[in-house]
Amino acid sequence: MSKARLFVLRLVVVAMVATLLGRLWFLQVVSGAQYVQAAADVRIRTVPVPPVRGQILDVAGRPLVTNRTRPVVTVDAVALAHQPDAGRAVLERLGGVLKQPYQQIAEKVRLCGPEVPQPCWQGSPYEPIPVAEDVTPPVALQISERQQDFPGVRTELRPVRVYPLGSAAAHTLGYVQGAKGRDGLEGVYDRELAGRPGRRDVAVDNTGQVTRTLRQDPPVPGNTLVTSIDSRIQSLTEQALGRAVASSGAESGAAVVMESGTGRLVALAGLPAYDPAVWTDGVTAREYKRLPLLSQPVQGEWAPGSTWKVSSVAAAAAAGYGLGAFYDCPSGYMVGNRVFRNFGSADLGIMTMHGALVESCDTIFYRLADELWERGSQTMEKTARGFGFGKPTGVDLPGEAAGAVPDAASKKAYWQATRKESCRRAVKGYPEMADRGRAAYLTAIAKENCRGGGVWRGGDAANFSIGQGGVLVTPLQLARAYAAIANGGTLHSPRVGQKIVRPDGTTVRAITPPVAGKLPASAETLRFIRNALSQVPRKGTAEGAFKGFPFGKVAVAGKTGTAESFGRRDTSWFASFAPDPAYTVVVVLSEGGRGAEGAAPAARDIWEGIIELTEERTVRPESGSTRDHPTQERR
Amino acid sequence: MIAVTGRRRVVWAPTLASPDWTLTLLALALSVTGLLLVWSATRLGGDYALLVRQAVAVGIGLVLMWFVSRCDLRVLRAYVPVAYVLALISLAAVLSPLGVRVNGAHSWIVLAPGVQFQPSEFAKVALALAFAVPLGELRDGQRRPGFGGVVLALMLAAVPIGLIALQPDLGTMLVFAAMVTGALLVSGAPKRWLLVLVVGAAGAAVAAWKLGLVRPYQLERLLVLANPAADPGGVGYNAAQARIAIGSGGLTGKGLFNGEQTAGHFVPEQHTDFIFTVAGEELGFAGAAAIVLAMGALLWRGLSIARHSASPYGTVLAGGLVSWMAFQTFLNVGMTVGLMPIVGVPLPFVSYGGSATVAGLLAIGLLQAVHRTKAMQP
Repeated sequence: MSKARLFVLRLVVVAMVATLLGRLWFLQVVSGAQYVQAAADVRIRTVPVPPVRGQILDVAGRPLVTNRTRPVVTVDAVALAHQPDAGRAVLERLGGVLKQPYQQIAEKVRLCGPEVPQPCWQGSPYEPIPVAEDVTPPVALQISERQQDFPGVRTELRPVRVYPLGSAAAHTLGYVQGAKGRDGLEGVYDRELAGRPGRRDVAVDNTGQVTRTLRQDPPVPGNTLVTSIDSRIQSLTEQALGRAVASSGAESGAAVVMESGTGRLVALAGLPAYDPAVWTDGVTAREYKRLPLLSQPVQGEWAPGSTWKVSSVAAAAAAGYGLGAFYDCPSGYMVGNRVFRNFGSADLGIMTMHGALVESCDTIFYRLADELWERGSQTMEKTARGFGFGKPTGVDLPGEAAGAVPDAASKKAYWQATRKESCRRAVKGYPEMADRGRAAYLTAIAKENCRGGGVWRGGDAANFSIGQGGVLVTPLQLARAYAAIANGGTLHSPRVGQKIVRPDGTTVRAITPPVAGKLPASAETLRFIRNALSQVPRKGTAEGAFKGFPFGKVAVAGKTGTAESFGRRDTSWFASFAPDPAYTVVVVLSEGGRGAEGAAPAARDIWEGIIELTEERTVRPESGSTRDHPTQERR
Repeated sequence: MIAVTGRRRVVWAPTLASPDWTLTLLALALSVTGLLLVWSATRLGGDYALLVRQAVAVGIGLVLMWFVSRCDLRVLRAYVPVAYVLALISLAAVLSPLGVRVNGAHSWIVLAPGVQFQPSEFAKVALALAFAVPLGELRDGQRRPGFGGVVLALMLAAVPIGLIALQPDLGTMLVFAAMVTGALLVSGAPKRWLLVLVVGAAGAAVAAWKLGLVRPYQLERLLVLANPAADPGGVGYNAAQARIAIGSGGLTGKGLFNGEQTAGHFVPEQHTDFIFTVAGEELGFAGAAAIVLAMGALLWRGLSIARHSASPYGTVLAGGLVSWMAFQTFLNVGMTVGLMPIVGVPLPFVSYGGSATVAGLLAIGLLQAVHRTKAMQP
């Protein structure tokens, strides 16, 4: 009886042992490797150790951007996501402590994606996201002592970017978001500045507490970027531009100071500007939309007006016109069936090309352009391109605008692309426009463009010759063209960066502005142009602005420009250079009025500031060499 | 008389056969392994109190085992009613305010601060002893228990199982049910009774489900068994972490005291119900398999003792004890390797837990008593 039953129990025990052994074999031997990995995933956390970002220095070693450690409140997005309400309650509590609205914090910690607009977190979801910097010790203590209320929120000391010069050169410097350089030099030289993050592999227990460090790989600090920016000239340039924009009522403006001989940029100013410190605390969506992020010196484009005439004079010489020959400068010149007038319809009489530049005669250039057009010559356009217009300069700053050098081909292409719209407007008109006169004018143009067009006419060539009619340049393009005139014809691709230096002071690499080309003008032509431009501030169009200027100290040469912009106030330009210090200074004021009245006085301001600095240096011998040597650093 | 008594054994002072040393050594080996694993699982707390307590429990258990193994089964039989009633009283006491709630179940009684015990562990021993009385004490000429005997036995079992259901402690209930089934099986009770037991168990399960007596967490544990990845952070956490710890041990393990998962306390309840994961991680397949094989050998010896018992009572008692330990081992190891749902039962001899350790060694003592008690001389 029970013997058979006992045998059943024996079988059960054997089966049980066999089942467990089989399962153990499968778990430990067959799939052991997979569980070894799973165990490591559970046990080991890799913590990135952020490196210290390199500084950005000016030409004399003065910091433009540097670091400071500050208590930072960070949020771990992964920990938040594990909260039942995706962390809303935690962020609301945090908002209460930090005195920030919930929405503002939520925007900072949301992860960027195709559906998520700025502001958002652009870094890894696994790294802590800063939501508030430079918090006070009581706030930091409140958060670290009430960890149960703030899961995933931590306070730590972190290096943050500081800008000793405030808003100076904000666009040029760019900003840092999530350890990544964005925009400006921070973006372009991000690889050098960023350094390499270290990592720490730590063993954690079931509560996430670190039990020990398994591996430590220290971060490599970023290299320092030494720029050719002279912070003192940068400041005085910004001040001069600010005054000019304020007094002329311009909507925006830019100023460029460049070393004529090397293509190095000494100052880049653009208005409107902002204080880059806004980035350290993170930016809200509303703030972001209002930030003037456009860098006017490299991204702003305007018609150059008469500053363009240096190219036209060079084109005339190339086409065989004698520069010293006499030309009539009547009040108007007939191109096709339309009279093109001089500025103010002035009849300036007989003059050479010298006079045409000094007095800024337009009609001489109308006639020149008309004659070249009739011959089918493209010398004007070619020369303009040779001056570096119509394509980016290749400066080490992001988002550079190309400007525009229109010609027959581009006009045709534009007409073809817009013909359909023109024909629609020719029928419909502009009913949405309040200004009836303007609507009628635009409708007439639309009708004409629908019938036919896209033909490069004499009128187009005439407008082109005085820097109007679709010609667009950036302040930087104009500056380097004038620098090339000053230096004997070499066009550089401008650079702000001068060298990359390791934290120990040794040089990684020097940055030299590459030569981008030669001006299509002989040395003689350039000497002629320089000579003419040197008279502009003394007795030409900028005479008023430069009255009493110490030409004996610095022989500034320059050219005014007043570009008409349909329906808006004129764009005011002044492009200038000097032999010593060999700088080129360009100022533009958008809607700033006449060049002689808005931009030229601002340029004079800048030049006088530069003279003052040079004199200071000469008076105080302890500051070293009297010459402004770009590679010299103050130690 | 003197001469006569000198040649014949006296009934009330029987001599015993020599003990089954293999059985004792296997139990001892498992207990020592258990101490090492508990040490490994608890040492990083810097607190050796748990290790010391477990060592004390093993010591007490060994003394009791030695004592019980020296008793004639017929002498022990006299104390069965007392043990049974005491077990019922203590099981009832846990439900009273004397009981302490741990992990949602009332299963502890605190005697003094730091001294507590789990009546259900001792109730296993008492029920094994009591259950065997109506099934094993047959009238002359009877070869198997009759209807009355089986009904009485089932009634004896129903009371403690009912009290444990009130705690509630699903794992212990299942162990009791396995013990009852095993004892009934070896007693030679008619097969229809086994059928009745199976149908009754199924009916009880359905009734519990329909009446809503199954608690949500118990259901979740069953669901997680089917798909452990369903909820790795919640109920499935135990199961997943246990499997990771065991699986990462590989063939030979990471070495005693070198288990990283163990050191990180990733497996909850690791020194008690999940002690086998320490063996799996630190001793690898070799060590884990050795434990399972040792347990298998111990059970095999137990069944041999049941087979060769001098009395049907001894057979039923040994059968019940073996069934209890066999099922509890399978349930415990099975849940750590993902074959069984997570129900809290300790691994006999190995898991930390004073009551369970003492009860286990007491059971070995009883098996020895069965082994050593010789047939009554006519």
